[in-house]
Parts: sequence; structure tokens; C-alpha cells
Amino acid sequence: MIRRRGPLTCIELVELVTDYFEGALSRRDRRRFERHIAGCDGCTAYVEQMRVTMRVLGHLREDSLPPVARDALLHAFRDWKAATG
Amino acid sequence: MELVERYHASMVRVARTFVASDAVAQEVAQEAWLGVLTGIDRFEGRSSLKTWIFRILVNRARTRGAREARSVPFTSLEREEGETVDPERFLSDGAWGSPPRPWEGQPEERLLASETRDVIRRAIDALPRAQRRVIDLRDVEGLSSDEVVELLDLTEVNQRVLLHRARAKVRQALEDYLGGAR
Repeated sequence: MIRRRGPLTCIELVELVTDYFEGALSRRDRRRFERHIAGCDGCTAYVEQMRVTMRVLGHLREDSLPPVARDALLHAFRDWKAATG
Repeated sequence: MELVERYHASMVRVARTFVASDAVAQEVAQEAWLGVLTGIDRFEGRSSLKTWIFRILVNRARTRGAREARSVPFTSLEREEGETVDPERFLSDGAWGSPPRPWEGQPEERLLASETRDVIRRAIDALPRAQRRVIDLRDVEGLSSDEVVELLDLTEVNQRVLLHRARAKVRQALEDYLGGAR
């Protein structure tokens, strides 16, 4: 649980990273978050790694369709066309 | 066919989080495409085409999943609580004892290499299904938070919790792969 007062600790901060990215922290908690990472190499690295993780996830999409799936779909489309005229 | 190329694999993955087998997920995605073809005239452009397609998919997958649920016993509600980073890595005052080593030295090619992608895929596949759904739609497909909340019937808070847990686990898998803690 996050304490309401005083500076954030590292173990608390790592649970707030997504809230921070999503703009879901209160102004006050946002300030506590930023003040903490300004002086903490470990948390700076952690936050940066979460950013990199999101970026790499964004490159994960597969743009090619396996031939089997493609054939099955073409079949389904053809049947559909035949059925609807 | 371009749209199909672009979305089909993701649709199957998302469908798979609602139904019990890969084969059914394929079927659901196929049905969704037919739904897209049938309904394209009614697409009003109020949402993006992508969101609209995924809405059709999620509706079908949900219906199918509900039908299956009567025959397939569903394990737990997958409720998870607790820390997303191993508490052992912190000292008793809550500061890092074993902080992550920065990845700045990692060349971009390594981060985007197919081996790294496999590591990430495996990490995603190991997630509870609700987390898998959210991270796939948000971070892989790039849907907005509002879109995903609506699509999956989640509260904003719930969506953020699922996304955070999912990202934290994928980050951990990447850290294990790229070189562990100090």
C-alpha cells in the first residue's frame, strides 16, 4: 500500500509506473513520483525499461498470415459469397 | 485481404483468451470476418475501423466462450494480488537492493530481433488471460485506453491494474533475457 505522506520508496514506485504513464496519478503523487526518480538510478532504470518494454511490444505484431489460415479464410469468404450471391 | 493480413493473427490471439482451444479461436476470428463483411455497410466511422473489427470479434468470442463455459470448467477467476517486482530485490526500507541494470547499452537490433520477440511472446502467453487480452490490445495492437475499457467492459482502474501486471511481467522476462540484476 502506498503511504500518503513523505517521499515514495522504490518498492512503492514500481507499482505506480503504469498509472504514471497513463496520467492517472493525482498531481501530488505525480510530483512525488518525479521527485523520486530524479534522485534514484534504480527507479530511473526501471521506468526506462518499462518504456522500452512497451516500445518493443509495439513491434510485435505479425503482419503475415500463415498459409493455412489464409486458405481457411479464403474458403470461408468464397462460401459466404456463394451463399449471399 | 490487406485488412485480414493486418489483423487476423491478433484477432485469433484475443479470441483465444475467451475460448478453450486454438481451433475454436481460429473459427471465431473467421466468423468475425464474415460479420465484418456483412456489416461493413453499417460501419459509421464513429470508431476507428480497427476498434469496430475488434468489437465484432470480442462479441463473438465472448458468446462462444460463454457457451463453452457450460461444458468446460473454468479455472479460478485469475485474481492476482501483490507485488509485480520480487520483494527480495528491495531492502527493508523499501529501497532497491538489487536494482535493474540499465539497458542503454543494448543495441536496438537486439531488442527487436526475432529471438527477443519470442521471449516476449512466451511471456505474454504465460499471463492470465485477462492480462493477455489487455496487453495485446493496448501495447501490441495500439488501441487506446478508452477503446479497451469499452471493448472489454472493464473499469479504468481495472484495466490499468491488468496492464501494469502484464507489462511488469514482460519487462521481467526481458530483463532475465538481456542480463539479470546487479
